[in-house]
Amino acid sequence: MLDFVTEHLPALQVVVPLIAAPVILLYQKEAFAWGWALLTTWTTFALSGLLVHEVFSQEFISYDLGGWAPPLGIEYRVDAANALVIAIVAGIAALVTTYARKSIQAEVQGRNQPFFYVLLLLCVSGLIGVAITGDAFNLFVFLEISSLSTYTMVALGGRRDRRAYTAAIRYLITGTIGATFYVIGVGLLYMVTGTLNMADLAVSIAGMDNNTTVQAAFAFIVIGLGLKVAIFPLHLWLPNAYTYAPSVVTIFLAATSTKVAVYALMRFLFTVFGIRFDFELDSLAFLFLPLAIMGMFIPSIVAAFQVDVKRLLAYSSVAQIGYMLLGISLATSASLTATSIHLFNHALMKAALFMALGAVMLRLKSTIIDDLAGIGKTMPWTTAGFALGGLSLIGVPLTVGFVSKWLLIQASFASQQPWLAGLIVVSSLIAVVYVWRVVEVAYFSPVPEGRVRQEAPLSMLIPMWVLVAANIYFGIDTDITIRLASLAAEALLGGAP
Amino acid sequence: MSAEFIIGHYNYWIIVILMMAGLYVVLARGNLVKKLVGLNVFQTSVFLLYITIGKVHGGTAPIEIKGAYDVVYSNPLPHVLILTAIVVGVSTLAVGLALVVRVRETYGTIEEDELVEADLVAEFGEAGKT
Repeated sequence: MLDFVTEHLPALQVVVPLIAAPVILLYQKEAFAWGWALLTTWTTFALSGLLVHEVFSQEFISYDLGGWAPPLGIEYRVDAANALVIAIVAGIAALVTTYARKSIQAEVQGRNQPFFYVLLLLCVSGLIGVAITGDAFNLFVFLEISSLSTYTMVALGGRRDRRAYTAAIRYLITGTIGATFYVIGVGLLYMVTGTLNMADLAVSIAGMDNNTTVQAAFAFIVIGLGLKVAIFPLHLWLPNAYTYAPSVVTIFLAATSTKVAVYALMRFLFTVFGIRFDFELDSLAFLFLPLAIMGMFIPSIVAAFQVDVKRLLAYSSVAQIGYMLLGISLATSASLTATSIHLFNHALMKAALFMALGAVMLRLKSTIIDDLAGIGKTMPWTTAGFALGGLSLIGVPLTVGFVSKWLLIQASFASQQPWLAGLIVVSSLIAVVYVWRVVEVAYFSPVPEGRVRQEAPLSMLIPMWVLVAANIYFGIDTDITIRLASLAAEALLGGAP
Repeated sequence: MSAEFIIGHYNYWIIVILMMAGLYVVLARGNLVKKLVGLNVFQTSVFLLYITIGKVHGGTAPIEIKGAYDVVYSNPLPHVLILTAIVVGVSTLAVGLALVVRVRETYGTIEEDELVEADLVAEFGEAGKT
């Protein structure tokens, strides 16, 4: 049995949640659905832990799906870069499912509650699939599995606010355009090379610098994935989708879906195309870098003026993607280490922050900033969790946020661009403004008349505080995360995977 | 650009026209159903692109003919990929239309500018009217 698990470990990551999802449809009871999803996500998390362990001992794992050898068959290829992303997705999924029950009972219509867990499992399966696959077309299929379930999950927020429906349809249109652009790009690459395997593609397109088809494919893939990542001017779907989705969905999306898209983008930029192409170096320097800087500032400033805290954090997510993009645009081993670690760290901090907001939503039925007056006294644990998560978001020492920003600043010095370090510090100061606005209202405004102390239930507090503790633990003990992130950077930059 | 080039790339011209028409409809139309139709036309153009890539000059349908060795077959792989993409396209359309039904139920309209105005009025009161 154990041999079987080890042998088929890469496939099991995707197959377990995928097979488990329809089981809920057979017995649509909310309690069963939650228990089953809980069991599945924790199993997946354990499997992903085994996978990370395996990757530490060998450089990469190649798995032939159905026994068909690559490049003809579909290959699952796991190295440090995607093992990290898979662990993020599986870990967050397990914590979110633990957290979800009370919040979903309060926010989603009764008969739809079991379906939420079906969608969550499908989305987990799709996201892990995107991360694990070594086949460009297979990536598209998984991207659509995760996206379709995401659109539906966003729409589940429609009972609370009908704007969830328009947000979902806008996300569907943008997301589908993005995915279709990606498929066009893959088709163009197939036209030139006759292969869909990423490693094989990397070898086949070597030296095709002036091939306009390859250049067009690059443009289509970068824009297509850029829409999914929500790179600054392509982010318009994100704030509404995050704001009007049910709290649990927002936690899961903010912590995982953009991270997986960033990973896919890095995979294509550095493994398939690679910085050996002049057109790629040009687009990194003249397209990605300016967009990254604009992304660090403009959404942060917009966030500082929001009245809905959920929306504020959504804009802050777009700004954080700016930091990841900055690391990508410098394209050195150090900067990619910073981006990879920020993928992990940002998942920890945003999940903790949105979990705190989900608890606030459960008790106060609102996340408008003025309604949060005095929650420091009525919900002390939740507010403390939010404040610590906020400190991490700013990048205060002893939190994970500091580690990512420190590495990013070091990377910009190493790339002879010290002015970038200055910009990183200044943009972090804007984060101080928007985090402070919330903390000020929560702690220093008087408690409104008639509101009693009412803390969130333990089932929500525990996952939230696990994440808050992780924010601090990985901010102090950085050994594991930095080692994994630098291995990931090497794996990405190491030419063909 | 010779006439031979233009005629030889006949399929690609059609693909580009469909692709741009589809994308234009998505961006320019306010009606959500029309947007979804545009999105489908856009996706269909990609199906055609893949099928065109799979064509081998003089090739026949990729079904093995027993005993014949000098037969040229078309490349079946793009066809198979597109079967998957068609399924994805149909599912996207289904989810999209289901959402449009919900929008119609809750807002009473599926015109985008009216939806935007309804949201602005909900947020800012009368001041949100355009």
